[in-house]
Amino acid sequence: MWNKFKDYILGLGIPRLTIIGFLAILFAIAFVTGLAIPPLIGDSLRRVGMAGIMVLAMLPTVRAGIGLNFGLPLGIVSGLVGALISMQLDFTGFFGFFMAVMFGIPFSVLSGIGYAWLLSKVRGQEMMVGTYVGFSSVAFMSILWLVLPFNHPEMIWAIGGSGLRSQLSLGNHFGQVLNNFLSFEIARMVVPTGLLLFFALFCVIIYFFFRTKIGLAIDATGQNESYAITSGVNTKRMRTIAVVISNVLGGIGIVAYAQSYGFLQLYTGPMFMAFPAVAAILIGGASLSKASVTNVVVGTLLFQTLLTISLPVTAQVFTGDITEIARLIIANGMIVYALTRGAGKGGR
Amino acid sequence: MRTRDLLKNNAVPIVFAGLSIFLVVASRMDPVFLLQEVITRLSRNSFLVLALIIPVIAGLGLNFAIVLGAMSGQAAVIMITHWMTTLSAESTMLAIFRWQGGLGGFLFATIISTPIALVLGWLVGKTLNAAKGREMITALMLGFFANGIYQLIFLIGIGTVIPMANPRMVLPGGVGLRITIDLFNPVGRPVRSIGAALNNLILPQIGLIRIPVVPLIIVACLCFFIYFFMRTKLGQQIRATGQDMYVAEIAGIKVNRIRVIAVMFSTVMAAWGQLIWLQDIGTLNTYASHEQVGMFAIAALLVGGANVKRATIWHALLGVVLFHTLFVVSPVAGQRLFGQSQIGEYFRAFIAYGVIALSLALHAWKQRKSK
Repeated sequence: MWNKFKDYILGLGIPRLTIIGFLAILFAIAFVTGLAIPPLIGDSLRRVGMAGIMVLAMLPTVRAGIGLNFGLPLGIVSGLVGALISMQLDFTGFFGFFMAVMFGIPFSVLSGIGYAWLLSKVRGQEMMVGTYVGFSSVAFMSILWLVLPFNHPEMIWAIGGSGLRSQLSLGNHFGQVLNNFLSFEIARMVVPTGLLLFFALFCVIIYFFFRTKIGLAIDATGQNESYAITSGVNTKRMRTIAVVISNVLGGIGIVAYAQSYGFLQLYTGPMFMAFPAVAAILIGGASLSKASVTNVVVGTLLFQTLLTISLPVTAQVFTGDITEIARLIIANGMIVYALTRGAGKGGR
Repeated sequence: MRTRDLLKNNAVPIVFAGLSIFLVVASRMDPVFLLQEVITRLSRNSFLVLALIIPVIAGLGLNFAIVLGAMSGQAAVIMITHWMTTLSAESTMLAIFRWQGGLGGFLFATIISTPIALVLGWLVGKTLNAAKGREMITALMLGFFANGIYQLIFLIGIGTVIPMANPRMVLPGGVGLRITIDLFNPVGRPVRSIGAALNNLILPQIGLIRIPVVPLIIVACLCFFIYFFMRTKLGQQIRATGQDMYVAEIAGIKVNRIRVIAVMFSTVMAAWGQLIWLQDIGTLNTYASHEQVGMFAIAALLVGGANVKRATIWHALLGVVLFHTLFVVSPVAGQRLFGQSQIGEYFRAFIAYGVIALSLALHAWKQRKSK
C-alpha cells in the first residue's frame, strides 16, 4: 500500500508535484490571512465547468495516437458560428443554448472531417500543423465575422464600422442558463449545478464511448496501429472519428464557456484557447499518448482552482496581477515538459 | 521541362509575388512610399529572418524559439536605456554610451545581450534535444513559456526584487516597467537611448527615399558570414547533422552538441537582430515587441520559398521583400477593395498564419510520400 502510494507520488513528476505544492501553499496563505475560502471554491467550480469540455476535447485525439489537439480553435470557431445563428434567430433561454449547440455541430463535423483529412497527410507533425491550422482558422474567421450577413442589432456595431462586434453580450439570449439551473449556495459558495452536470454528462458520454466497439477501435489505433490493422480496424476512419469528436467537443465547449462568461468572444478571442486546455489535461496526468477521463477531471480541477485562487491570494501579500503571468508559466511550462518526455511514456 | 521544374520548385514565391503585385495595383499606393517602406523593412527585419537559417540546416526545423533571442536583446536595451537616462552627466560611461549618437550604447547592448542569448540558446538547444521529432512545437511552446518568465522579471520583478529608480521607465506604482519605453533620440537634445543609432550614421537620400545604409551593410555582412560559416568544418558538421542524424553520429559527429551550437548561433543572431529592429522602430513595446518576432520572421522566410528542411540566404531576403510588401499594402488594398481596412489587416494575419500552416503541411505530406 505504502509502496503503491510512493510510486504514485514519484510518478506524478516534478511539474505536477510543484503545481500541487503551489496550490497547497496558496490555500495555506488564504487560510492564514483569513480570506473567505468558500466563495473561492465556488468560483473554481464555475471555471472548471466552463473549461472542462474543451479539456475533454483533448482526449479523443490522444487516444487515437494523434497527440494533443492544438487545433482546438478550429472547433471553437465552428461552435461560435452555431451560437451566432441561434442569437440571430433570437432564440433565448435553454432553447437558445440547445439550438446554439445544435447549429454548431454540423459546422464542427464538416470542419473536423477536413481537419482530419489534413492530419492524416501530415502524420508525425500533427501537433505543429494543428497549432497553425487553429491560428489560421481564427484569422480566416475574423475576415468572415466582418462580412457574414448577420444583422441582429445586438450583434453588429451600433454606430460606425460594419460586421460583428468583438464581444457579444449573451444576457438577453442564453447567458448563464446552465449556471443558474438548480444552482444553490452553501456558506457563500455558489454551486453552478447545471454547468457541472453538463460537463459531467459529456465526461460520462466519452467514458462510455471508449467502451463501445468504435471507442475500443480508436484505442487500438492509438496503441499499436499495425496490430489494429491486422485485427481488421479501419485505422484511418478511426482517426477521423476521433478528430471529429474532438472538434465537436471544442464547439460545444465554447458555447458552454460563453454562456457562463456571458459573452461570445470573436476575432482574436479564440486564438490561444487551445493551450490552457492542453495544459490542463497534462496537469491531470495525461501524456502525449495516454489520457483518461480522470486525467481530464483532475487536471481541470487543479489548473482552474490554481488560476482562480491565485489572484485574490497573491493580492493579499502583493500588489499587481500575477495571475496572467502564472497562467503563462504554468500552462506552457507543463506543455514543454510533456513534449520533452517522449511519446511513449509521457509524464508518468 | 526545366521551366516546369523551376515553376514547381518556386511555387510559393511566385504565388506571393503575384498576390503582392495584385494588391499593390489594387491599393493604388504611391510607389515611392512603397519603395521606402520595403527598403526600411528590408534593413529592419532581414537580420531576424537570417537568424532562422542555421537551425533549418541543422535539421531542427523553424526555430520559433528565436523569441528568446529577441528577449535577450530587449533585456540589454532596457539596461542600456536605464543607464543612459540615470547616469550623471559627468560620468565617463555615459559619454561612451552617447558616442556617435548612441552608437556606443548600441554596441554595449550588443555585448550585454550576447552572453544572455548564449545561455538561453544553450537551454533551448538542450530542451529541443530532449524533444527530437517535435522540435518546432516545443520551440513554439518554449517561446510562450519564456514570455511568462520575461513578464515575471520585468512586470513583477522590477521594483520588488530588482531595484530600479527611474520614473521614465518604471510604472507610476514603482513596480514593473512601463508598457512602452521611448528609445527615440530627438534632434538637438542629448542622446537618451539607442534609437536610430545605426540608421543615423549614414542616411543618404536618393530622390525622396532615405536609405539606412549601415543596417543594410550589417545584413550583407551576416549573409557573407552564413555563406562562409557553412563552408567551415563546423558548418559542414551542422549540414551533415541536418541531413541525417544517425549517419552523422556514426561518422563521429557529436550530433547533440552540434544541434545545441546551431540553436545558440540562432539565438545570438536573434538578439542582435532585435537590437537592429528596435533602433529602427525607436520604441520598445516592453511586453509585446518580442512576441510576434518568431511568427513574422518564419512567415517571411517561408514566403521566400524556404521550407522546414531547406532555407537559404536568398529565401530570407526575397521573403522579407515579398512578405513586407504584402504587409504594407494589404490594409490599403482592403480599404480600396472592400471599403474596410480591417479586412486587409485580418487578411495579412491570415496570410502569415496560413503560409506557415500550408508550408508545414506540404512538407510533412511530401516527407510521408517519399517514405
